[in-house]
Amino acid sequence: MTLTDYLYYIILPILAFSVLLIVYRFIKGPSIADKIIALDVLITTGIGIIGVYSIIHGRSTFLDTAMILALIAFLSTVAFSYYLEKRNRKK
Amino acid sequence: MSSVIIVILVTLGTLFVLLSAIGLVRMPDTYMRISVNTKAATLGVGLILVGTAVFFNDLSTTSRSLVIILFVFLTAPVSAHLIGRASYFMGVKMWRGSVIDDLRGKYQKNSHILKSEIDDTPGDNIDHTRNDDIVK
Repeated sequence: MTLTDYLYYIILPILAFSVLLIVYRFIKGPSIADKIIALDVLITTGIGIIGVYSIIHGRSTFLDTAMILALIAFLSTVAFSYYLEKRNRKK
Repeated sequence: MSSVIIVILVTLGTLFVLLSAIGLVRMPDTYMRISVNTKAATLGVGLILVGTAVFFNDLSTTSRSLVIILFVFLTAPVSAHLIGRASYFMGVKMWRGSVIDDLRGKYQKNSHILKSEIDDTPGDNIDHTRNDDIVK
């Protein structure tokens, strides 16, 4: 079993299963904070999947996409929490 | 030889990501979910990216994945703190088995100012009473 087969048939299904679990929490989540956490972890897992894909295909260009995804995840989390907190604040 | 190192790193990272996903489903409380995901998912992605750097064995790829690891490790605690603060102000209920709430009576409900002594005026506090009908 080569490295590519191992990554393709064992690692990627486990990552896809964890994405399914996170999407379950994203749909179900009781409060809106749970949904924001689930979105953040979804993008973080996506960075991991992009890293595994770049090993499988041997192209390091995919890591640029992962960098942009990390930036967007941080930005969206900060924006969501800022507006959630501002919504409840009374002057 | 480097293939063995890659397999070990990527397997450990995948296990941490899977554990964080299971924790996201199984934990009973919003604050515990924040705690689980900040630590486990960040560590898992960091291990997978270290495996990528070992696989390519190249200066440009290694610096790129180190920049991603540094960025993720810097921003995960900040975003977790912001989400925790916002959900505390929104009045997200704690789990009924939670024992201690260190911030009880210290955050002002209207002005969002943190005080260092406990103030029990009822109109000024956020209600975090544990109730039994919390959705698990």
